Amino acid sequence: MARNVAIVGIGQTNYTTLRNDVTYPELVFEAVTKALSDASMSIDEIEAVVFSLAPTSLVGVDAMERWCIDAVGAKGKPFMRVNTGGATGGSAAQAGYFHIASAFFDTVLVVGAEKQGDTPDTQLILNQIWDPRFERAVALNAINMSSFQAVRHMHKYGTTEQQMAMVSVRDHKNALNNPHAHIRQAVSLEDVLASRVVCWPLKLLDCCPRSSGACAVIMASEGRTRKLMQRPAWIKGIGATTNTYYMGDKMETEMFNDHGDWDELALAAEHAYRMAGISNPAKQIDVAEIYGPFSCLEIAAVEALGFCPKGQGGKFEEQGFFNMTGELPVNPSGGALCSNPIAVTGLVRVAEAALQVTGRAEGRQVNGAKTAVATAIGGSLQFHTAMVISANL
Amino acid sequence: MMKEKRELVSVPGKWDISFNYAAGKTVSHFLAQIRDNGRILGMKCAKCHRVMVPPRSFCERCFVPAEDWVELGDEGVVEAFTIVHDVFEGSPPPPYAIAYVKLDGADTALANFVDGLDLSDISEATQRLKIGARVKVEFASRREGRITDFKYRIIG
Ligand SMILES: [Zn+2]
Repeated sequence: MARNVAIVGIGQTNYTTLRNDVTYPELVFEAVTKALSDASMSIDEIEAVVFSLAPTSLVGVDAMERWCIDAVGAKGKPFMRVNTGGATGGSAAQAGYFHIASAFFDTVLVVGAEKQGDTPDTQLILNQIWDPRFERAVALNAINMSSFQAVRHMHKYGTTEQQMAMVSVRDHKNALNNPHAHIRQAVSLEDVLASRVVCWPLKLLDCCPRSSGACAVIMASEGRTRKLMQRPAWIKGIGATTNTYYMGDKMETEMFNDHGDWDELALAAEHAYRMAGISNPAKQIDVAEIYGPFSCLEIAAVEALGFCPKGQGGKFEEQGFFNMTGELPVNPSGGALCSNPIAVTGLVRVAEAALQVTGRAEGRQVNGAKTAVATAIGGSLQFHTAMVISANL
Repeated sequence: MMKEKRELVSVPGKWDISFNYAAGKTVSHFLAQIRDNGRILGMKCAKCHRVMVPPRSFCERCFVPAEDWVELGDEGVVEAFTIVHDVFEGSPPPPYAIAYVKLDGADTALANFVDGLDLSDISEATQRLKIGARVKVEFASRREGRITDFKYRIIG
């Protein structure tokens, strides 16, 4: 039987392109000290460290986690790095959860950072993740991978460029309320639609920025949590599912899954919901933090999370269902579209969800939010994680 | 004490590492057939009969080895695509189009560049390049055993 696990400390730096004033470990240290202060804990009270680090080529130092041992106070403690590409932060949070739920540890620090400002072209690096024989040679990258998702969704369900642009408008509006957000500038529907084409149907304002920044989350067992604070955020459910490697395998006539849909996220969410006792997510979830670095991805995600019927994500977006004043606010933080420190973007979703359910999200607070879901996605839309976080145990 | 503005220094670096990625026995045969005979082969799983391209030495669904080669048609249907208008370091100069095409006889789609389309006007280009459009494989006259030895061309 798994033990109860709570989030007891959160530390985020601001997200921005360049952080030339600090090295990567110094950036990590910033988030760790903030999280410790938030939890009123000292580094000595941390029993184990999970390091959230996506491909190290993004920061240009191989096995960068080694350089960060001191910045996370790992000397004399177990330390592990987790990497599932974009889903890294979601997977790292789950690894942290397992540390405590398993009763092996009472406290764990989950932390990581991204520093994309040190290199000029993230997509050249992300092109290196592909099979060099088949995919790297045809210029695949994270943006056109998402374009393939978008065109399939458009083809299957009639989703439009306008509906995708509305996702971006919502995220940008929300980011104005988040002091940590990288892009804090409102955009109109016309702005998004008129922004230059990057990989059609995705335009510049359908795409995330290249962010640097760090995030740390401290988790604790129920016993330790009760001594620390009155109002923790409880991890009520987790789920993770992985899809097969080749994108072209997910374009069959006889569908078992489709690159246009996120059936794996649906499976991951189903598991998390079941653990958390959620049978009607659209009603029982108060707020969602979704990892969607491109506007089209959020549409697939809200469907997979059961917030609306499959294929209706665009229509629900149009009706304002996911706005701050809508039935189910999505990404009050501005989401990955407004800050994408890849290694920790999934962890930021967890942190933001925890802030929401404890009423600590300040200007971006969803009134009365008690239950939230946080997701992450990585690889070529392969690794999916979902976590349900609640004010109530 | 006066707060002095201090300079921030960066140390340049570059990863420039060579590899010779072994294509493996299975894909070596596939690439050699493209180069020598202008033929695209798929791999059929003896258990589920799925024809897979890129070919692979095992079917991950049935989790059994696969070794039955089948020749695929030189036409197929577009399953996904994009038109790239931005510059990416290491990628071709834009604009260019990439499509996933399910070749006749295959159960999976294979990505490659699309040739012979005017991509300057996207709304016009997407009249022809769309999901469901038929394409023909066009091989380069000089081939070196690479996936880029051929491109797709929209027919009709
Ligand atoms: Zn099979």
